[in-house]
Amino acid sequence: MPKPPGKSKLTTRAINLYYGNYHALGDITVEIPECAVTAVIGPSGCGKSSFLRLFNRMNDLIPTARVEGEAFIDGAPVYGKDSDAVSLRKRVGMVFQKPNVFPMSIYENIVIGPRHHGVKNRGELDAVVERCLAQVALWDELKDVGIRNKSGLELSSGQRQRLCIARALAVDPEVILMDESCSALDPESTMKIEELMADLACRYTIIIVTHNMEQALRVSDMSAFFMIDGDKVGRLVEYAPTIDMFYAPKDKRTEDYITGRFG
Amino acid sequence: MRKFKEKLSERIFFALALSSISVLALITLFIFIKGVPLIAEVGAFKFIFGMSWAPGRGEFGIFPMIIGSVSVTLGAAVLGIPVGICCSIFMAEFAPVWMRNIFRPAIQLLAGIPSVVYGFWGLLFVVPAIRNYLGGPGLSILAGSVILAIMILPTIISISEVSLLALPRHYKEGALALGMTHWQTIRSVQLPAAKSGIVAAVILGIGRAIGETMAVIMVLGNSVAVPQSVLDPVRTLTTNIGIEMGYASGGHQQALFATGIVLFVIIMALNVSAQYITRRKIK
Repeated sequence: MPKPPGKSKLTTRAINLYYGNYHALGDITVEIPECAVTAVIGPSGCGKSSFLRLFNRMNDLIPTARVEGEAFIDGAPVYGKDSDAVSLRKRVGMVFQKPNVFPMSIYENIVIGPRHHGVKNRGELDAVVERCLAQVALWDELKDVGIRNKSGLELSSGQRQRLCIARALAVDPEVILMDESCSALDPESTMKIEELMADLACRYTIIIVTHNMEQALRVSDMSAFFMIDGDKVGRLVEYAPTIDMFYAPKDKRTEDYITGRFG
Repeated sequence: MRKFKEKLSERIFFALALSSISVLALITLFIFIKGVPLIAEVGAFKFIFGMSWAPGRGEFGIFPMIIGSVSVTLGAAVLGIPVGICCSIFMAEFAPVWMRNIFRPAIQLLAGIPSVVYGFWGLLFVVPAIRNYLGGPGLSILAGSVILAIMILPTIISISEVSLLALPRHYKEGALALGMTHWQTIRSVQLPAAKSGIVAAVILGIGRAIGETMAVIMVLGNSVAVPQSVLDPVRTLTTNIGIEMGYASGGHQQALFATGIVLFVIIMALNVSAQYITRRKIK
């Protein structure tokens, strides 16, 4: 299953994140490989989600958030004068912890992104909907229920989360960030989404935040272990191919966390 | 003993609560008792659609007043709704905290100004401005609409703002994460999601506009005729009651109560539909 990490898609160089006076992430330097799944693990409150949100600048929404250091996508800076959060987010999609389906039809949920990015042709939009629903294995489940009339909110939570993934795919991103996207789901839905991640990893760069060590081990190629150190700052403790990290952790803290977690 | 006190205070509160509701019931009963016989006598159709209001001759047709109420309210809606909704979007989405802290109490203050003051201001500024720049007597549908538009702003703004702020954060995050701009997010996700609250705000605003009396009495001109343009004077259902109540007696007085019934039914219908729409959202 593990493949050799290819070219890096996303990189950070000594990046720091502050919320007001609170130093959330300290000096993170990391290279995320293209077309692979990278898992971000670590105890609660260590800044995993904040780290994920660095890449699509979701932290910008918090007025007190401040970023120091550099992040790059394909070598181009993510922060700074020349970069634009809106066009960045077209390239870096995100799936949230809770399925945040919009209160509109299944069809509208998917086309809303492409439509705002200039796709107006009805046939093209229909094609996008079919492709994206098929990618998340919802097309066969839903094609007969009237996706134009049925509200996305009427789906089961597992279906809703897959709809959210389809919605993210509809804007043709290059990177997909998944913030504990399975934590609110039942095991069967989780399994489906994990299979999906494996499929998607052929084409997309995926970063997931997860509390579930088995999941990290099952789906990811690389793992990043975060922890809060003595000065209350979230830091990257270890970053390695998942197999190496789980079976031969270099850092004592990683080993304690993983073994503690596996029980 | 303590138990007795508990029970007693409970009863007292219940009695007081009941009395406020029974006042509503009494008023309702009263206007219906007073007004229904006349509607029965004239005939509901002739009362509502009759074109002639001449109490001296026993002609009671309130259609010109219904046209008056509808036209002034429509005018107020056309002017007030876009401004109110835009203002609520600004407050909920764009205004920095310090600005919101100034705007919100200011808008509440707008709701607290007595309606007679609005009317007085309208008579001194809006009416002459219309007369000088647009022609006509100045006392007109337009003058009433402008005043009412301002008066319904607080209702529309505060309810719309609350319904926008009550949206789950994750709608906005989800839309932004798709690479939509802030404005696209508001237009395509947040406004549709808050639709029921905004519609309720608009309906309540319209209800307020229809029911308003004092301010419009001073600026509408109050002539009982079907208007030809927005610069013509009109009389509304409320101002009809307000103007004639003082000297009306007998059938005339009953006719005014009957006018009240029509108003009552319209406003009840608006409030019930507003409540129904907001309820549906919760489900």
